[in-house]
Amino acid sequence: MSTLRYALGVGVFGLLIWQALVWITGVPHFILPSPWRVTQAAWDNRMLIAENAVVTATEVGLGLLIGTILGAVTAIQLAASQRMHRLVMPLLVFTQAVPVFALAPILTLWFGYGIASKVTMAVLIIYFPVTSAYYDGLTQVPRDILDMARTMDSTKWQVMRRIRIPHALPSLGTGLKLAAVYAPIGAVIGEWVGASKGLGYLMLLANGRAKTDLMFASLITLALMTIALYAAVSKASSAFSRA
Amino acid sequence: MTDAPSIHVTGSHEIDGKRLFGPIDVILPAGQWTCVLGRSGVGKSTLLRLIAGLDCAGLFAGEITSSDARTLDGRISFMAQSDLLLPWLSVLDNIVLGARLRDDVPDMVRAKDLLAHVGLDDHRDKKPTALSGGMRQRTALARTLMEDRPVALLDEPFSALDASTRADMQELSAQMLAGKTVLLVTHDPAEAVRLGHRIIVLTAQGAYPWQPPQTAPIRDQYAPETTACQADLLAHLRGQR
Repeated sequence: MSTLRYALGVGVFGLLIWQALVWITGVPHFILPSPWRVTQAAWDNRMLIAENAVVTATEVGLGLLIGTILGAVTAIQLAASQRMHRLVMPLLVFTQAVPVFALAPILTLWFGYGIASKVTMAVLIIYFPVTSAYYDGLTQVPRDILDMARTMDSTKWQVMRRIRIPHALPSLGTGLKLAAVYAPIGAVIGEWVGASKGLGYLMLLANGRAKTDLMFASLITLALMTIALYAAVSKASSAFSRA
Repeated sequence: MTDAPSIHVTGSHEIDGKRLFGPIDVILPAGQWTCVLGRSGVGKSTLLRLIAGLDCAGLFAGEITSSDARTLDGRISFMAQSDLLLPWLSVLDNIVLGARLRDDVPDMVRAKDLLAHVGLDDHRDKKPTALSGGMRQRTALARTLMEDRPVALLDEPFSALDASTRADMQELSAQMLAGKTVLLVTHDPAEAVRLGHRIIVLTAQGAYPWQPPQTAPIRDQYAPETTACQADLLAHLRGQR
């Protein structure tokens, strides 16, 4: 509760600074609209923003789900096999060296202007953090526990299922928290490159028509969505880490 | 549980071409406690891990055999310095971990009975974080007993406990592990003298027996022969005798 109060306090303080900046500098509203003007734009365009927010939220949700499943399965495979780790890990690091932003036009070319290219962007951007964090957790089970499991005549996959996977859940939670923040970035980049729906598309559209207040309203909606997603993932991570 | 075998270890161990210990010729008598002492880094835990068939750094040249000529695989249980309880499982689920790992159906009646024996009947649904250090080690003991193996390898399981809890755990373990072939690695001469039917001192050059008091374990730690033996053993380990 105190965290929420603190966050609200910071938000209100930020708004005051923003409003003061607008008053003091007298900057035109198409350069920097006041918070009040942005609020008005948000209310006037609430249906438009909501419609596009649903699209972006769907892309982010699907990207998060698919990226998490792929990342977790990859991490388990890497942790289970040293050979797999030696072969795949350098490839994974290499894929991270390629800027995901640069891939967006290619993905749009391959998967079209619809939701698929944005989901793929979100998956690509969260795949490595999820894989890396979960892999670390899977390989950091104390040696004594693994030794004990070995004296209990268990197989590699029984140890994986009963010990390594649950032991690494807090690490997966850390990866998911990063993913919750990164996934919207992937989806919005995809929308910037080529889309007919979504908050990223709406931002570009508003910017092109000098509707800076609408652009800010879309941006703030995206930020609030990301914060809500992060909070939900944090809560879920804590719950299954305690379970 | 099958009859506890005696275990015979001969050989030496090297790490990066440098001898860690040996040559040794050590017998762990069937159904008795053998306590291994020695300076830090001399290879006590390595010896235990070799018997358990666990990975060790370096190379062991020698032989580990049992009196019934059968492999020790599947006949060993292991207790370490830390309790190794899985924090996401309840006390009861930790005790039946072995069966769950092997995808067997655990004998919950026996598990509850063992919990009652170690005095944790009222705590079986708690998570390990809700237990004291002594209670956690008692849970670990129950888990070891649940495996019902004839050989128990204990790697300093009581060293992190306070003095009175340690004494309680020593008594409980001696009672519950009676009849098994037990190897206890310890730093504490008092513990070795109190619990050991046999005491082995491990050095880089080899391993030799130290004569425990004539009385049977578990010994009264305040008896004159026990305290005298402890004092002699400590002085010997410190190189004073």
